[in-house]
Amino acid sequence: MADRPLNVIIATDCGSTTTKAILIEKVGDTYRQTFRGEAPTTVEAPFEDVTKGVLNSIQEVEELSGRKILDGEKIITPNNGKTGVDIYVSTSSAGGGLQMMVAGAVAAMTGESAQRCALGGGAIVMDVLASNDGRAGHEKIERIRQLRPDMLLLSGGTDGGTVSHVVELAEYISAADPKPRLGIGYKLPIIFAGNKDARERIKEILGAKMSLDITDNIRPTLERENLMPARHRIHDLFLEHVMQQAPGYKKLIAMCGAPIIPTPAAVGDIIERVAKKEKINVLGVDIGGATTDVFSVFKTIFNRTVSANLGMSYSISNVLAEAGLDNIMRWVPFDIDEQDLRNRIKNKMIRPTTIPFTVDELMIEQAIAREALRLALDQHKMLAVGLKGVQQERSISDAFAQTASGQSLINMMDLNLVIGSGGILSHAPRRVQSMIMMTDSYQLEGITRLAVDSIFMMPHLGVLATVNEKAATDAFEHDCMVYLGTSISPVGTARDGERCLDYKLTLPGGKVVQESLPYGELRLHKLDVGQTAQLEANPARGFDLGAGKGKPLNTTIHGGVGGVLIDTRGRPLVLPADKKARVQVLTKWAKAVDLYPELK
Amino acid sequence: MAHAYTPGLRVTESAVIRKRRILPIQGQVMVKAGQKVVASDVVARAELPGKVHTVNIVNKLSIEARETKRFMKKKETELVRKDEVIAENDPLLKWFKTRVTSPIDGTIESVSDVTGQVLLREPPKPLNLLAYIDGTVAEVIEREGVVVESQAAFVQGIFGIGGETHGIIETVAKTPDQDLKPGDINLEHAGKILIGGAHASMPVIRRAIEVKAAGIVIGGIHDKDLREILGKDLGVAITGTEQIGITLIITEGFGSIPMARKTFELLVGKRGRKASCSGATQIRAGVIRPEIVIPADAGGAAAAAEGEREGMKPGTPVRIIREPMFGRLGAVKSLPSELTKIPTESHVRILVVQFPDGSEATIPRANVETIES
Repeated sequence: MADRPLNVIIATDCGSTTTKAILIEKVGDTYRQTFRGEAPTTVEAPFEDVTKGVLNSIQEVEELSGRKILDGEKIITPNNGKTGVDIYVSTSSAGGGLQMMVAGAVAAMTGESAQRCALGGGAIVMDVLASNDGRAGHEKIERIRQLRPDMLLLSGGTDGGTVSHVVELAEYISAADPKPRLGIGYKLPIIFAGNKDARERIKEILGAKMSLDITDNIRPTLERENLMPARHRIHDLFLEHVMQQAPGYKKLIAMCGAPIIPTPAAVGDIIERVAKKEKINVLGVDIGGATTDVFSVFKTIFNRTVSANLGMSYSISNVLAEAGLDNIMRWVPFDIDEQDLRNRIKNKMIRPTTIPFTVDELMIEQAIAREALRLALDQHKMLAVGLKGVQQERSISDAFAQTASGQSLINMMDLNLVIGSGGILSHAPRRVQSMIMMTDSYQLEGITRLAVDSIFMMPHLGVLATVNEKAATDAFEHDCMVYLGTSISPVGTARDGERCLDYKLTLPGGKVVQESLPYGELRLHKLDVGQTAQLEANPARGFDLGAGKGKPLNTTIHGGVGGVLIDTRGRPLVLPADKKARVQVLTKWAKAVDLYPELK
Repeated sequence: MAHAYTPGLRVTESAVIRKRRILPIQGQVMVKAGQKVVASDVVARAELPGKVHTVNIVNKLSIEARETKRFMKKKETELVRKDEVIAENDPLLKWFKTRVTSPIDGTIESVSDVTGQVLLREPPKPLNLLAYIDGTVAEVIEREGVVVESQAAFVQGIFGIGGETHGIIETVAKTPDQDLKPGDINLEHAGKILIGGAHASMPVIRRAIEVKAAGIVIGGIHDKDLREILGKDLGVAITGTEQIGITLIITEGFGSIPMARKTFELLVGKRGRKASCSGATQIRAGVIRPEIVIPADAGGAAAAAEGEREGMKPGTPVRIIREPMFGRLGAVKSLPSELTKIPTESHVRILVVQFPDGSEATIPRANVETIES
């Protein structure tokens, strides 16, 4: 689709607590993000009108930019010099975002495909129902009744395959008669994207009770997943049904120059575009207060997961519950009483808007963030897999390797770029802290670039890309991405002090850094944004930097506000079990990269 | 501009409290607008659809799914008793006759000739919605519920567990900084809402449950005790449905933290009065905090409606809500507008707090809450 000619764009993201507005202007031939404003989201009482928060955030942009954008409650279009904008676009996750329940005949096959489809559409998946999910029929019905989703997605059966399993699921849904989360007196939308032979039966069972929408099968054959038609229907129904029930959204839809899309769907879209444009594998993470979203594009396959209860404020206590205290403590470079730490975490949970004031408190929050990031990636790896149940042609070597279908697509050695977003990563006082948090939690392997989203504008750019790709790409490259640098991490293990990596880094201007770095160390070399350096690396026998164990690697390294991080701490990264030794080693590493202003 | 501070918890001697009492599904409203109600009155009633049970006829009768309806003895919407025959086969030899009986008293919801599944539904269960507070029915929402209004003293806690309850206010701490001991609680406290000081340990909470106290209001508890009460680590602060035998409300936070003097004195002043309280907490968008509502004596005229909450200004009383100095109370001395570098090296908006002893501290605005009245 051709780009719409635009010079001035105002975009908002209506989050569950804050509405953020950004102004994008064409400067010469390039689009740049110029001003930003924010205001509390106004979906709930006493306002109950999302547009109030939108207008307040735009008003802040008006004040900062001097551009008159609003005429009362109207957005002035088109732009006329210092007045108005050419288009207004928005994303939304207010009011809890889009909450869906999905169902598929077999949990690991159509159930998983349905889950991937809903997640890719920007939804939070409340539950996955399947014929073989281990629950008895009445338990399934009870569960559907308890949940109040915004929408359901029913799949099941390949085309020409099983009819009875998917009909059985439809019968359960019909018996449960679930009610929508928002609004009374409208029919809950349900998308059927399963075996086309079951369509008539599904219409008979659900047609009268629910707002049934039938689309192409998401798994027409075992070997093929076809998620896009159902994903588009999710977006359509999100606008037609769900958004119509949320306070003020009818007005907001009328104000927008392009369809509103769910925030995570917009972020996913922009990450997918980056991967496609650069022909690279990308991992994106947005760690928020309540949830952590993970996006990946590996071998051109896009996946998104949302860990609904992993976050840094509302869900901070759940990170403790899921990770366990020891896993959090292993990242804290000082000793702390367990009761004290537990109380501190709970106090953050009940007063989620507070911020760390002392360096100790910052270290604790960043330790918790590492675990939230790690857990969210673990969950992502489980869903970002190849199709299960696919017949594979195996060679002799495959048979020896015991490769099965449904293997994770996430291979850290093949990862080229990781993009972090969310307050704890985007606003870390020192950029190197974001680098280390992501390196630790993801255990980056080989050569990986790192970046953060400067002010969380990926949602805005995702929706903008649907009307003007150049505007979105320009702003993304110039104003959204803050490149932190590159991590160089050989994979392998040894004893501390043993030979691990000999490297030579030729910096701009010809300066050379050469070192034989033993196992168990961290180094950080300055290399600014936009600069490159030549790396000649010789990993020790047993260590792999991407070219194979013990194989040398020569490549170009990109700089960033952090620099080049050489990490010989080994993969997997194992910390000493002894508390004193652990504190000692954490302190050594922190000092090596100047991680914190002071260390005990 | 967004508020750069946490609005405080409300602690007020008199306000008009309006409680929306809404059924989960549509039902019948039992009271009229203007009617006086007490906390235990039923204000609305609904019939929750009964549980659904599944019986697979195909497996049990060894028939084809498409034949299911032919072998049914009961039709859709028909009433059935437990153990009553709902389907049977028709073999040539009676010896091979197989009967399928109903697992419940209820109705036949549906019979499927695709899956051979029969769904049976239990009779609906009545749900009674109580008034929760003493007051007057201010508004009736047809088929959905009511708004009960009351002039009352109102105290919000920061976190709670356990549902709605009511009882007489009783003080068990002499001062707001007192840590309660199990011996402070006795059998006379049955059905009462106990007002404590800084901290309640697990033995104290256990003792309160043992004597069947209705509720306990306290400055703080330890997280490890919360874990013991719930039997698990609480991941997300959405509470109110726990069945622990008591409603527990903490007013300050986790740890041993003296109850704010204003809160303590207000509650102590209401000793002997009937109150309603709820531990329900939801710390997400649409925040719900636990609360204690102490309706004024009958006949009290309606107080003025709640005024607009004002932002912070010099002199505003505040509470520090993050380490260091967590729990300390003071007043705003100044609100510098420029961003200030704090020890973490972040640049944030700060304020200067003056404590009662005259000392001062610089604190991020995000780390204080105003003490609302």
